[in-house]
This record gives sequence, C-alpha cells and structure tokens, in this order.
Amino acid sequence: MRVRKNIATSDEGFVFNPATGDSFSTNSIGAEIIRLMKGEKSAKELVEIFCSKYDVDKALFERDLEDFTLQLKEFNILE
Amino acid sequence: MSKKPRKLVIAVTGLNAIDSPGPGVAVIRAIRECPDFDVRIIGLSYDALEPGIYLHDIVDKTYQIPYPSVGTDSLMDRLRFIHEIEKIDVIIPNFDAELFNFIKISAKLNEMGIKTFLPEIEQFNARDKMKLFGFGQKNGFHVPEDKLIHELKELKKIDSEFDFPLVVKGKFYDAIIAHSTEEAEKAFLKIQAKWGLPIIIQEFIRGTEINIAALGDGNGNAISIIPMRKLYITDKGKAWAGVTLEDENLLELARKFIRVTRWRGGCELEVMLTNDGKPYIMEVNPRFPAWIYLTAAAGQNQPSSLVKMALGDHVEPFTAYEAGKIFIRYAWDHITDIREFQKISANGEL
Repeated sequence: MRVRKNIATSDEGFVFNPATGDSFSTNSIGAEIIRLMKGEKSAKELVEIFCSKYDVDKALFERDLEDFTLQLKEFNILE
Repeated sequence: MSKKPRKLVIAVTGLNAIDSPGPGVAVIRAIRECPDFDVRIIGLSYDALEPGIYLHDIVDKTYQIPYPSVGTDSLMDRLRFIHEIEKIDVIIPNFDAELFNFIKISAKLNEMGIKTFLPEIEQFNARDKMKLFGFGQKNGFHVPEDKLIHELKELKKIDSEFDFPLVVKGKFYDAIIAHSTEEAEKAFLKIQAKWGLPIIIQEFIRGTEINIAALGDGNGNAISIIPMRKLYITDKGKAWAGVTLEDENLLELARKFIRVTRWRGGCELEVMLTNDGKPYIMEVNPRFPAWIYLTAAAGQNQPSSLVKMALGDHVEPFTAYEAGKIFIRYAWDHITDIREFQKISANGEL
C-alpha cells in the first residue's frame, strides 16, 4: 500500500500522476489518507489514526478505506 | 560578467498558427526566449493569411517563398534573394512537405553561409509513414500493421486483412477512423482528393495518445526528449492542451529511436500507449511539433539548442525537465490592416 514515488499531491486533495498525466481530486479525508500513506503508514495504522481522531465506525471505515485503496490502485497511484 | 547575446538572423517557416497549426510561431517564441541570442526573425511564408506574418513582435520581416511542388531551383533563387538582403545565419523549416527540398539544398545553403540542422535523406525516408511498419519491425519498435492501397477496389477485401475500426491515412496528412467498408471507401475518396495516392490503411490501436518531442545530434545522441500527453484533442486530432510526463519507458523509446536512426534535428514521435503499457509508434514527424514551446517551458529549449548545433556549437544533453507543465492553446483575433495584407499579397514581403 505504498504511494508511487513520483505522485504529486497537494493539501487540497489534488493528485497528479506525472507518468500518465492523470489528475484527480479527493476530499479532505482522501487527501489525509494519501498523505499518511506517503508517510508509509499501514492500513492498520490508518484505521487506528482515523478511528481515534474522528467519530467513525471502525468496520465502516475499514470498508471505505479498502474501496479507496482499490481506486488508488486502479488509477496507478499506488504501487 | 554575463556573455553578450549573439546577434543572429534566423529564418523560420510554418507561420500558419491556425486550428491545425504549423510549428513556426512556437519555434520563434522559444528562440526569442533564449538569453544567448539577440535575434532578427525572418518569416518564410507560403500563404498571405498565415497569422505569423502579421505578428510583428514575433516575426520581424516575412518573405513569401515558392510552394514545395515548384521545386528546389525556385526555392534556391528566392532564398538567395532574401539572403542578399537579410544575411541569414540559420534556416529552420517546419513543414513535412517542404523538408525534402530543404534537405536537398542544405549543402548549397551551407556554402552560402546559411546553416541548417536537418536529417539526412536516408533518415528522413526511413521514418516515412509509408515505410513505418518495416522500420518498426527492423528496429524492434511496436508499430501498427499497415497496407498501402492504390485503388478503391482494393478496399473491398480489406476486412479479410484488418479488423474494424481501421485508420485510413493520407501520405502526408489526415487520418480518418473507419468502422465499416463503406466508411473506409468514403475516407479513401476524401483523402485521395486532397493528398493523392497511395492511401495507407492502418491497424487501429486503442490507448492514450502521447507525443514526444525529441532533438538528436546526428551521432545517435538525444539532446532533449520531452513526452507530452494530450489533454484536449481537436476534431483534427491536434492537441489543444497537453501536459509533460515523466516516464522512463517513453524517454527510452525516444532515445532508442534517435540512436538507431542517428537522427539529426528535431522530430516528434506520435505514440499510442495501450492499456497494457505497450508504446506503439503511430507516426514520426521529421520536424518540431506545433507544441514545441512546451519543451522550453519545461526546461529544455529544443529550438534554441537546434540553433546552437546548426552553428556548430557543442550542446550537452539536457538531464532534467519539469513534469506536470501544461500548455493550453488559445485562439486570438489579431487585427491588422488591409494594407498589410496587400503588401504581402502583391510584393511577397511584409
């Protein structure tokens, strides 16, 4: 679950893949997840961080994170 | 203390900055930005309505030159006349259709003191779209299969050789995607009327359109390579917006092309990147593309490097550029006066 080295991200949630020219927008939570992924956090760590920081159901967050991760893989954002 | 900029007179063709633009205006813009030069730009035009003729902050003076079909003698006469007045240092031709003539007269131009930096005839011919498939097979590039068609009736049985859709292409310009034999026949007639025979039937490759602007030194070294993904494509298939990419596979593809052809000058590889990552070379244009200014904006000014090499300078290959640099073309109604139009139309000069 590692973000590709050359992927550029902004605090506003804009993601640019310079290898393909694709760009994407995420909401602030998505941007936070990508930022933490770039800091090499595992899925387990992400669940812990978000569940302690936000009022969110753990199972629901795990499912959403999995969906989001699949999307990132599909768009070549993750290795 | 910084070096004084070199005074140069540079003649450039391809001033037709229209919806399917020639590269001339972009080439000039890049050259004008080079701090090493203090340039006077001479535009060489074919048509009185090429917009670049009227952009006086881009082009200092324009002369009309004879159409390529008239031949090299008339071209030489005209260039000799212009050279007597302007003392041209370098000529950069930018049209596919005129390149053959300019390559043929390049030695004579050199004797007159006019430098060029063009491919050899053999290099120029090797990438010809009518020979592209053989070129790709010989050198290990992915290229779509194709077939030259000389008669309409040859299309009747084309479905036994190609799946639809297929691409019907002219020998110089134009490409139409056809989904049936009827559409292919219509495209054949349309392109034949404009560009003549033969017509090229090409396998349709699905993928992402990427163009690569490259500059070779003629010894097999790539001085600059900038890949660009088209972000907005016009109905003529031209990039109206594009972004620079960072992809080692694309850089290696262009490096290999320059190495095997020992390409001299600027060129553009039109690439279709399939979903499984195979880069197909769809076409090789033997000159700078219309979006060439993006190379300067991204940190590798290809036109000014070409000028330096034409003048005999040693130019080190660039090693870095900025990925994510975007160009967005725009249309602008430039206002001029009928007297200007009259001057270029009647006198062939402005």
